[in-house]
Amino acid sequence: MKNKYRSRQINVSWYFLIAVILVYIILAFINFSLFSSSLKFFFNLIIKIVPIFILILILMVITNYFITPKLITRYFKAPGIKKWLFVVIAGILSTGPIYMWYPLLAELKEKGINYGFIATFLYSRAIKIWLLPVIIFYFSLKYVIILTIVMIVFSTIQGITINKILTSDR
Amino acid sequence: MRELKQSAAKTLKSFYKILPLILGMILLISLISTSIPRSFYSTIFRNNPFFDSIIGSVIGSISTGPPITSYILGGEFLKEGVSLIAVTAFMVAWVTVGIIQFPAESIILGMKFAVTRNITSFIFSVVVAIITVMLVSYI
Repeated sequence: MKNKYRSRQINVSWYFLIAVILVYIILAFINFSLFSSSLKFFFNLIIKIVPIFILILILMVITNYFITPKLITRYFKAPGIKKWLFVVIAGILSTGPIYMWYPLLAELKEKGINYGFIATFLYSRAIKIWLLPVIIFYFSLKYVIILTIVMIVFSTIQGITINKILTSDR
Repeated sequence: MRELKQSAAKTLKSFYKILPLILGMILLISLISTSIPRSFYSTIFRNNPFFDSIIGSVIGSISTGPPITSYILGGEFLKEGVSLIAVTAFMVAWVTVGIIQFPAESIILGMKFAVTRNITSFIFSVVVAIITVMLVSYI
């Protein structure tokens, strides 16, 4: 059953890629300049994210090696605020595009982390410490501090909300 | 050492599963980023903070790319007279809602989770914008 699900998942992934490639092929016929600029954008983005890709691969190997369901269960039995704080900090410190973290999060889910923590992690990823100078440049330090604090609070609120919705759904 | 090899193999297997999705998404992101011109964004905001924040969230949700792009675009919107609430909603939705990433998120983390997370992220982007701008003006 599990293998059947996995092979279906792989097939869907390939169908998705093929569908997008088909869109590009059609685009090449109807608007070649948009096709070539999109392709250029694609290759530039790939070059930028390859180091992040490698970092995430390393992090996943480390996670697979060290984080066992037993450890997770033990750690997540810690007092409430501590575990939320841990997830928020992990989210803030994580790098790379959001979708590159999905496989790791899926594995963590299998190891017993609930959806609320995953949602909090994904939300707090929106806070990018190294990009703060850019926002301060366009807005103000006061604005950035307030926005960051409000987003940290809401990352936890979202986690709690999702836990409630998905738990009551079962 | 054997365990480390096993975890590396497991990781590579996970990545093999996700690789076509990642490539497909990057291709989509590239297409959308290049086809929506910057000038498009500044033409659709009105001067109603609530309406603008929802419009900001909608645009932020469907536009995708590195967060730095949203900050730069947000800064440019502000210069063009778009309200701070709308700009904040736009930037927050950009980094928290993932319409383009939705197929991958729903396949890997589950449809129910992906739908709930994206809907709540959208609602919260409006709420976060309103609270942030209120606090900025009162503090």
